[in-house]
Formats: sequence, structure tokens, C-alpha cells
Amino acid sequence: MSAPRLRLACLQTAPRLGDLAANCAQLAATIAAARADGADLVVTPELAMTGYFLRDLVPDVAVVVDGPELAALSRAAGDGLALVGAVVESRDHRFHNASVLVGRGGVTVVHRKVYLPTYGLFDEQRYLAAGDRFTVVEIPGADGAAWRVGVCICEDLWHPSGPWMLSRQGMDLLVCPSASPARGVRAGLGGLGSAASYQAMLRTYAECLTCFVAYGNRVGVEDGVGFWGGSRILGPDATVLAGPLGEEPGGCAAVLERGHLRRARLATPVLRDERVDVVLSGLRRLETTPQDGGG
Amino acid sequence: MDEPSADPLEIEPALVKGILCRFLHDEVTKVGFGRVVVGVSGGVDSALALWLAARALGAERCLAVMMPYRQSDPASLEDARRVVEAVGTPARTVDISPQIDAYFTQVPTEDRTRRGNKLARERMTVLYDCSLAESALVVGTSNKTELLLGYGTLFGDMAHALNPLGDLYKTQVYQLARHADLPARVIAKAPSADLWLGQSDEAELGFTYAVADRLLYHLVDERRTLLECQALGFDPALIASVHERIRVNQYKRRLPLIAKLSQRTIDRDFRYPRDWGY
Repeated sequence: MSAPRLRLACLQTAPRLGDLAANCAQLAATIAAARADGADLVVTPELAMTGYFLRDLVPDVAVVVDGPELAALSRAAGDGLALVGAVVESRDHRFHNASVLVGRGGVTVVHRKVYLPTYGLFDEQRYLAAGDRFTVVEIPGADGAAWRVGVCICEDLWHPSGPWMLSRQGMDLLVCPSASPARGVRAGLGGLGSAASYQAMLRTYAECLTCFVAYGNRVGVEDGVGFWGGSRILGPDATVLAGPLGEEPGGCAAVLERGHLRRARLATPVLRDERVDVVLSGLRRLETTPQDGGG
Repeated sequence: MDEPSADPLEIEPALVKGILCRFLHDEVTKVGFGRVVVGVSGGVDSALALWLAARALGAERCLAVMMPYRQSDPASLEDARRVVEAVGTPARTVDISPQIDAYFTQVPTEDRTRRGNKLARERMTVLYDCSLAESALVVGTSNKTELLLGYGTLFGDMAHALNPLGDLYKTQVYQLARHADLPARVIAKAPSADLWLGQSDEAELGFTYAVADRLLYHLVDERRTLLECQALGFDPALIASVHERIRVNQYKRRLPLIAKLSQRTIDRDFRYPRDWGY
């Protein structure tokens, strides 16, 4: 009997800013195509249903969990699953930058972005509500065996506590849907500054948490800001299984094998040796330590 | 791991070209246009903007407009023609002397700034007339150094639909231009707005672009304090002068002020992206 597998596809799209109908139609077609190619899980970029620099458009393009847009994408995913990026409006009218798991007849918000960047060219806290937790979700792979998936949306990845907490919940695959702007053109970096940062982080998380990592970044230009793509899938030893893609729309796919996880965790048993007790006692000490940064 | 260049202003030309071409292509075509119009002066900024636009959209979709005034340096028009020939775009020449002279016959002045501003604003109206006639967006050519120092004419050369050069310092424009197929003399000559004969940017500003760009980088990009810039070896008088220029010219980089009355005032609490629905 072969080891359990998960067939994963990352879509790299260029959404139309604020055009929910057009983006949904395009996502439905590409998710259905990825499913036809055999994907068990399809990952889309951050806010793939809406575009990123929405500003006051946020309430106009928000969807609700039981609304027609997510239902249509769930139908497109059929017997498979897709993680789609959307603005989700809660029953009490908060708007979250969220990852929604659709398919198999269901629609579930699996993550609400916790860290909303509000500095430099970002302004998310003005328009969006922050999530308050990192929780893995179990999904079935190619043969029905469960895979534990954790989601960190873009800026969430810059805070190591999120991936770490997901790892402690048994995460096999870390998914990072992203809308990362292209910036940093200094000579000698071998590419964009923003791409170099993500490359370093993705490799580090894959190796330090010995998990698969899927990065789904968007492309296109919004209000003068370009997005650099570079979507990819890494193994739990940071080997590149698919991608990185360039700056054009497209997709990449890989078959994740449970045996790869096992081998990586035998070779580098950092998860086995993790000391949650040390972290917890350290956190308890911090509770009584001023967190004002001094001064 | 690759190491960044020791010179923070040194750019990766191929990378920048790719970003700027995608910017021009996407931001022009997605709003329903396929063509652009560029005022070409014979200087390096407009030459580079035209070259980038031609790479992004195809030379045949870019209209170069040369707008000499009778007192402009004749070498500028010759250089502009060389640029157009090198890039291979359609071109048009509009002599703005009659309308400029008509105005200053009615309202005489020898004030060079007033006369220079009038030239820049006249050229803007020509470009926007071409924009409508040709269904083409006006591409701006102001670089980051000029925008920060306020070295441009409000509603003149600072008026355009989109600008590929606004986040490149002048010395970075030169770096990119050296990787473009542009006439060498356009890159080699001393920068001038050519609003009067013999005008020199660097003489008028009182410092070189090489020094100004390094200082601006530390002040703006690195957000160093004035004292930190002084510790880097910059002349305190230069720091004060450049910092003051950035401050007093902030109004040129903003929409006109609107008096607040309602709950949602345009651009204050009515905030939508330019690419709304595109």
C-alpha cells in the first residue's frame, strides 16, 4: 500500500479590483480546471475574490458564508477542496480578510487574518477586523487519509508565533495565501527585496517546522503597485516541489507524500524535541513583565 | 545568498524595466486604453519614459509630442528627434510659440519662473488635447528627485495620468537609461528643464543630483533624522535646504484641499482606489 498523498495546486491569479462577479467567475473556472487535473486541494491568493487595495470598497465586495458566491465556488471545487481568499462579513458586520475552504458541498471560514499590516503602503486595520486565532483544519487527501492544514495569510507569516502554534497542532502543510507587493530593486539581491524576504521565510518555516509549505501569491498591478507572484510548493526539507512561478498568471502543482514528512522528521527531529513547557513558563513570566518596550 | 550592492541607489536595471513595463501595460490597458502620449523634450527623463512605454505597449501605440518654443535651445529639439528615431514611435511637433507670445503680449513679464511655468502648462494642454484626440493616456516623466524637491510645475509637467519614473531618483533614471537603446548624447548632456536658454538644473538647485539623491535616500527612504544625515557627512546647510524644499512643496504632491463639511469628503473619508472595478 502506497503512503498517503495530497495532490496540491497553487493558483496565481490577477484579480480585478473590486469586481466580485468577474473574479468569482474566473476562480470557478480555474478551480474546476485544477480539480479536473486531479487536485485534492486548490490554493488561491489572498483576497483572490476581490483584489487587494480595496479601501472603501471592502463592504461592497464582502461575501457571507451562506451567500451565492461561495456556494458557486464550492460547486466548482466539486468533490475536492479549495482555499479561497475573500472579504467575509460576519453576522455582526465585521469584515475579515479570510481564507474560506469550499468544496465537498460545504463552505467554512478556516482562517481570519490575525496580523493586519497598517504601515508603509498597507492600511488594513482601517478597513478590516482582525482574526484572533490560528487553528489547523483537517482535510482528506487523495486516499481519504487526513492532512492537517494551517493557514497564515501574508503578514501572518511575518509573526513566527502563528506558524509555531499551528505546528503544535500537528500541521502537515502550511498554506500562505499572499498579496505581496513588488518592491526593493537594489542591485545585487538577485531579485526583488520582497521576494528575497519571502524566500527566506518560506524555507525557514519548511525546515524549522518540518512541514510542507505552499505559497500562493498574486500577480497584476493595482493603483501602481505590482505583485510579484513567485508561488511555489516546498517540501518539509525546503526542497522545491513546484514553482516558483514568475510574474504572470498561472499555477503550479505537486503531489505531497506522507513519507516525505516522515523522512524529514526522522532526519531533523525538531518537532519531537520542541519544548512547549519551556515556552509556556516563559510566557507566564512575560505576563508579569512590562510589555511597554521600555522608555 | 546574494549580497545587496554597497551603493543603496544602485538598481537592478532588468528588474526595474520589467516592473515598469508591466505597470505601463496593465495600468493603461485595463482602464480601456491601448495608447499613450509622451511629451518628449530631448532630455533623459522623457526619453526613458517613451522607451519604456514603447517596450510595454509597442512603439506604434506611443505618440511622441515635441513642443518647442522659439527661445528653446535648438539642440533640445534635435535631441528629441534623435530619441524618437531611436525608439521608433510616431511623432508630432507642435510649436507653442504663437500661443505663448500671444499671452505675454497681453500680460508682459520678464519673470523667468512665470514664463517657464506658462510653457510647462501650455505643453500640458497640448498633451491633453492629444490624449482626447488619440484616445491615449498622458505618461508623466517627473522623477522622484524632482517630485520631492518640488522641481516641477504644478498642473504643468506634473499633470499626467500615470508616471513610470516617479519612484526613481534622477541618478537611477540615468542608470536605467544606460540600459535602454537611447542616443548617448541624451544621457551624457547636463540636465536642463530648458525653460530659458542656458538653464541648468544643478546650477538652479544649487547642488548636484548625485549629492541630492544620496541625501534624499537617507531622509526619505531610510527615514534618518537630520542629525543622522549630518553624521554621514552631509553639509548641514544642504540638509536644511533639501529638507525645507521637501516640506514646502508637499502641496504639489497632493490633491487640492477640500473644506470638510459632510460625513464623507472626497479623499479624506471617501477613499477608493483609482483602479476601482478594473
